[in-house]
Amino acid sequence: MKTEQKTLSQEVFEKYELVVGLEIHAQLSTATKIFSSDSAAFGAAPNHHISLVSLGLPGSLPKLNKKVVTFAIKMGLATNCTINRVNRFDRKNYFYADLPKGYQITQDEMPICQRGYVAITLKDGSERKIRLNRIHMEEDAGKSIHDRDQRSSLIDLNRAGVPLIEIVSEPDIRSAEEAAAYLSEVRKLVRYLDICDGNMEEGSLRCDANISVRLKGDTEYGSRCEVKNLNSIRNLQRAVNYEFKRQVQLIEEGIKIEQNTLNFDAATGVTSVLRSKEMAYDYRYFPEPDLPPLTLSEELIQQIKDELPELPEQRVKRYRESFALSEYDAQLLTSDKAVSDYFQEVVNHTSNYKAAANFINGPVQSYLNENPAENIKMKLPAESVALIISLVDDGKINNTAVTQQLFPALVKNPGVDVLDMVQELNLLIDTDSDGLLKYIDQAVSMYPDKVTEYHKGKKGVLGLFMGEVMKLSKGKIDPKTANKLIVEKLDLLK
Amino acid sequence: MNIDNETIAKMAHLARLDVNPNEQASLLKDMNNILHFMEKLNELDTSTVEPLIYLTDEVNVFREDEVQTEVSPADALKNAPMQDGTYFQVAKVIDKG
Repeated sequence: MKTEQKTLSQEVFEKYELVVGLEIHAQLSTATKIFSSDSAAFGAAPNHHISLVSLGLPGSLPKLNKKVVTFAIKMGLATNCTINRVNRFDRKNYFYADLPKGYQITQDEMPICQRGYVAITLKDGSERKIRLNRIHMEEDAGKSIHDRDQRSSLIDLNRAGVPLIEIVSEPDIRSAEEAAAYLSEVRKLVRYLDICDGNMEEGSLRCDANISVRLKGDTEYGSRCEVKNLNSIRNLQRAVNYEFKRQVQLIEEGIKIEQNTLNFDAATGVTSVLRSKEMAYDYRYFPEPDLPPLTLSEELIQQIKDELPELPEQRVKRYRESFALSEYDAQLLTSDKAVSDYFQEVVNHTSNYKAAANFINGPVQSYLNENPAENIKMKLPAESVALIISLVDDGKINNTAVTQQLFPALVKNPGVDVLDMVQELNLLIDTDSDGLLKYIDQAVSMYPDKVTEYHKGKKGVLGLFMGEVMKLSKGKIDPKTANKLIVEKLDLLK
Repeated sequence: MNIDNETIAKMAHLARLDVNPNEQASLLKDMNNILHFMEKLNELDTSTVEPLIYLTDEVNVFREDEVQTEVSPADALKNAPMQDGTYFQVAKVIDKG
């Protein structure tokens, strides 16, 4: 339903509250499918990763992949869920060409995890807990291609039976920012747990949003729309903001919100109706008799708990306590597992933790923002970072030269020795104070009026001399020594 | 419970079956007969009996996560009514749900 978005006043919008719950599907990074031994890897030639079970052939029997259960329990423990000791699988019946059996095996009444929460931190530093309703295991469907053949749709069953966990939140999300923070936290968790690659473009992580609005203070929820296929965090935010405006506008016009399934078009930023309530599927869930029930022992759950890796929240705490880093630094360092692991390696080689954090959160993070696919470890080994930090600490090179010249040169030429590169770029600080004094003399003689200003008490002009000396020396000076010598020189001229 | 024409239409739709209008009367009769027969069972008090879902007592049948190839792409495709050597071909579907 494409509606013109008229501009209601800010006051009108402020009367309303946004209510969002997310359903996140995470493809588990197992070697095989959930109920059969064919490969679950992404990117094979069409219909190469198949088996009797994923083809849905009569008489074939599903058999549960043990690793899927372990992965689902890991996610449940990481999100503070109750792990249900008795589990069952159910059939969800619907007809679609990429679902050859005519039903999806999922967990309806007895999911593996229930009632957890994910803690999120917002930009203003405040914390919120988004409650989880459940996490359940299920199989993915195959892939349909509609636009390649004139007369028919083409079916590729490589994805049929790939294991998924569906993480269902309670409708606790109140803004697009919270929705984005929650989704990135879930992505961070699956990556730290190493159970899903979290790649939204390839569809390893997919998100549907249930969105409704209500007047602030109302206790009942409004009727909700489910927006499908949000394939990036940004698109989730756009869809949430668009729906909030659309729904408020309709209500203001006295129109009832229809409980529809919507599609979000990333090109136009607009939602449209995919299925109306009347067209909603009747899934007729019933227990899957081909799979025996699953009972989870205390020992198994305890064992998985003991083997859980350190999670982002614990890492932040440890960085603050052991390395005396700020909350901001620690959060930034742990936002990506690969970066955090890299930092970990660097601090194994240096005890200047703050310098290591600054190096990673500075030049490394901005490099990775521009080159997200790069593996920084291959470009610049952790030992090299530690060496650079010690060179700065010893006053042999300065930080500006590191950020602007040394780091870019090293990542461009991986494998080149740090000291060789420092030589080649001629970055070693001139420890010869005669040379330094020469630059200072030059700088001071260029601005006689500024010297007078300095003597009249305007200490701010020091920065100008400092900058000039830096420029003349091409950054090869130790700022601390230079500052001291400039002050001495200026005092001498008085 | 009684089956009416509306229920038949709904069930036919769910099963993607075309029901001929002149079959409807006999379907109605048959289905109601089946239900009445089953209602006989309701005379028993089953409030203390757990529903029977599984016919064996087996629990926790697992498979290790090891790849095995059992079907070749050519074998997978060969029984399909329509295929192009790479993909299964089906009637064009627009609505993706």
